[in-house]
Amino acid sequence: MLAGGRSPEREVSLRSGHRVLTALQAHGYETTLLDPAEGGFVEILSAARVSACYLVLHGKEGEDGTVQRLLELLDVPYTGTPPLACELAFDKVLAKGILNAAGVRTPPWAAIQEDALRDLAAGPVLARVVERLGLPLVVKPSRAGSAMGLSFVEHERDLPQAVMNALSFSDAAVIEHKVDGPEVAAGMVGDSGPLPLVEIVPKSGVFDYAARYTPGATEYHAPARIPPEVAAACQTEAARAFRALGLRDVSRADVMIDADGCPWIVDVNVSPGMTDTSLLPMAARAAGIGFEELCDRILRLALERGGEGIEA
Amino acid sequence: MYALTGFGRSRPSGLYHRSPMAEFDVDPYAGLYARRTSGMSASEVRALFAVAARPDVVSLAGGMPYVQTLSTEHVIEVVESVLAERSDVALQYGGGQGWAALRDRLAALMAEEGTQADPEDMVVTTGAQQALDLIGKVLIDPGDLVAIEAPAYVGALSAFSAYEPRFLQIELDDEGMIVDRLEEALVRGERPKFVYTVPNFHNPAGVTMSRARREHLISLCREARIPIVEDNPYGLLRFEGAPEPTLRSMDPQNVVYLGTVSKVFAPGVRVGWAIAEPGVLQRLVLAKEASDLCGSNLNMLVTERYFAGEFWRRNLDRLVDTYRRRRDVMLSALAERFPADARWTHPSGGFYVWVTLPEYFDTPSLLAAAVERRVAYVPGTAFYPDGRGSNSMRLAFSYPTEDRIEEGIRRLGELLADEQELYRSLSG
Repeated sequence: MLAGGRSPEREVSLRSGHRVLTALQAHGYETTLLDPAEGGFVEILSAARVSACYLVLHGKEGEDGTVQRLLELLDVPYTGTPPLACELAFDKVLAKGILNAAGVRTPPWAAIQEDALRDLAAGPVLARVVERLGLPLVVKPSRAGSAMGLSFVEHERDLPQAVMNALSFSDAAVIEHKVDGPEVAAGMVGDSGPLPLVEIVPKSGVFDYAARYTPGATEYHAPARIPPEVAAACQTEAARAFRALGLRDVSRADVMIDADGCPWIVDVNVSPGMTDTSLLPMAARAAGIGFEELCDRILRLALERGGEGIEA
Repeated sequence: MYALTGFGRSRPSGLYHRSPMAEFDVDPYAGLYARRTSGMSASEVRALFAVAARPDVVSLAGGMPYVQTLSTEHVIEVVESVLAERSDVALQYGGGQGWAALRDRLAALMAEEGTQADPEDMVVTTGAQQALDLIGKVLIDPGDLVAIEAPAYVGALSAFSAYEPRFLQIELDDEGMIVDRLEEALVRGERPKFVYTVPNFHNPAGVTMSRARREHLISLCREARIPIVEDNPYGLLRFEGAPEPTLRSMDPQNVVYLGTVSKVFAPGVRVGWAIAEPGVLQRLVLAKEASDLCGSNLNMLVTERYFAGEFWRRNLDRLVDTYRRRRDVMLSALAERFPADARWTHPSGGFYVWVTLPEYFDTPSLLAAAVERRVAYVPGTAFYPDGRGSNSMRLAFSYPTEDRIEEGIRRLGELLADEQELYRSLSG
């Protein structure tokens, strides 16, 4: 199992990793945790006879196809999405483009690259962005997770600072119209259909880093307390997003529901968190799938690809 | 262990939408926590520090003493002799006030800075940090006003915050706390329970309170009958110039003094102390006993013996010399690499330089980009209870080598220059 890494989500990844490790070991798998940031993991993986690699990495290098490409080269089957799709899904600028082209509902947005600002003096274009998208806005780094670097903009004058904050985390910022309404997470494991939706109610009103990782800071309801037809629409939209992006094994989409009950895909994750406050394990639980079983299911998908017999 | 309660008896089923409605209580005790824990939450900055701990990152963040100047052989000798000769005491419980011979020794250490202290007025604590907690416990009721410097030592903010005070923030400048501002607040009718200050080589600001300000603070507080809590961890780490008298030496009746051996010996022994007048002292001792019965006798005996010899003076000289050179390297690197409109303090001792950048810099979010470029600092916001300080940062020169400091400042300087360029482009 790979967990840790060098991204700002290192801590989150290690927390997920230790949980998954315990679950897999309880299930009888011979499992070792490797931290790519420690170095030497490529040698270890090439030397050892590894049936499959369970990925619990988040952020750059772990979720953007980098580690996945390495594992392809090493011929080690791994859990989750293949490299190219990772790269596309992790980059919000590319992902939103693909979703939009596939007709998946995602809030109106604009992307602004650091190079455009730096080399092409594109600053004045921000006023046009506000004109086109309307306030309020959500500004987020293109390539980062866990709501890091994310800010909400109510007034036009706050936009430059929000863009600068996002660009601290990534080389491009996505500026998106903010959809007001309930937020739900839609999870998927294998081809067994969508998991129940998890409704997210942060007590501070904002599902930021603190609300995500402080136990008790957010209320979760699974299944979500929304009419069945709205839930079905969310699941359908999420499934279309997964297909459009070519995601595999496991994924999670964050969905905002507007006043008309229409779902909007605001984010897609190829490596959903597996911590004690993470959404995918909650969704699985609501479907009667315990944490150990969830990890086992995900791992089996990789083992099957490797053509290995499944020894539990 | 990871109790996700409340989902009842849902069965494994393919018909997910028929699962019973459930509320996920990620933390079943969420409703039980005391109000004082409300500020204790996960944070992005903490997450980034987890990455910054990696060896390829030059960390100018943590204020770790450079314990490598200590001779391990000497420390082993000290520990061995304590265990050989006094294991009966070292391995036993002790009194709440702390090992008497150590208190004598610590009083002698204070005399090095010109402060007379009676060991009977002293309680030994687990680092000065415990003394801060005990002071909060003994003096602060919820809603009480506590005067602190702005910026203030982050550990004092978290120790005091547990007792739910309101903070009266008094700005600092190059001469330390601007005591006139405190006076203005008192004239306005503000009545702080006590005034907390780090007068020497301030953490995080690096500045030292001038003689005039000390005198003003002492007379102001004496007249208003407001006690002063003087936290002096860095006093002996003076690189140049004559030391100012401690506040305690200027007015023993009205000053609670906190000291520590963390910066002159080793933070690992967790030995600090408080000196206070009998009424306060008694309560501090009782509060200490309620919290941990007594300090570690083993560590107290080791510390006592360490300061009994002459070795500690040689080590202190080495430390002062090392830190002085590191400070010099940092200041000249800053002058060379940082934006022209940045300002920073010039500490004459201690561990820290405080940098103030133009308003548009946001040091908490910039930390992500800094860590990406393999350098870390502490964003200024950590040192204010109200979210201010987002255009400032604390840089510690105590731990990294001179080369690493130079490299770290170079990386930060490049980042700030890029950020400035970005800002100019965004502001048209």
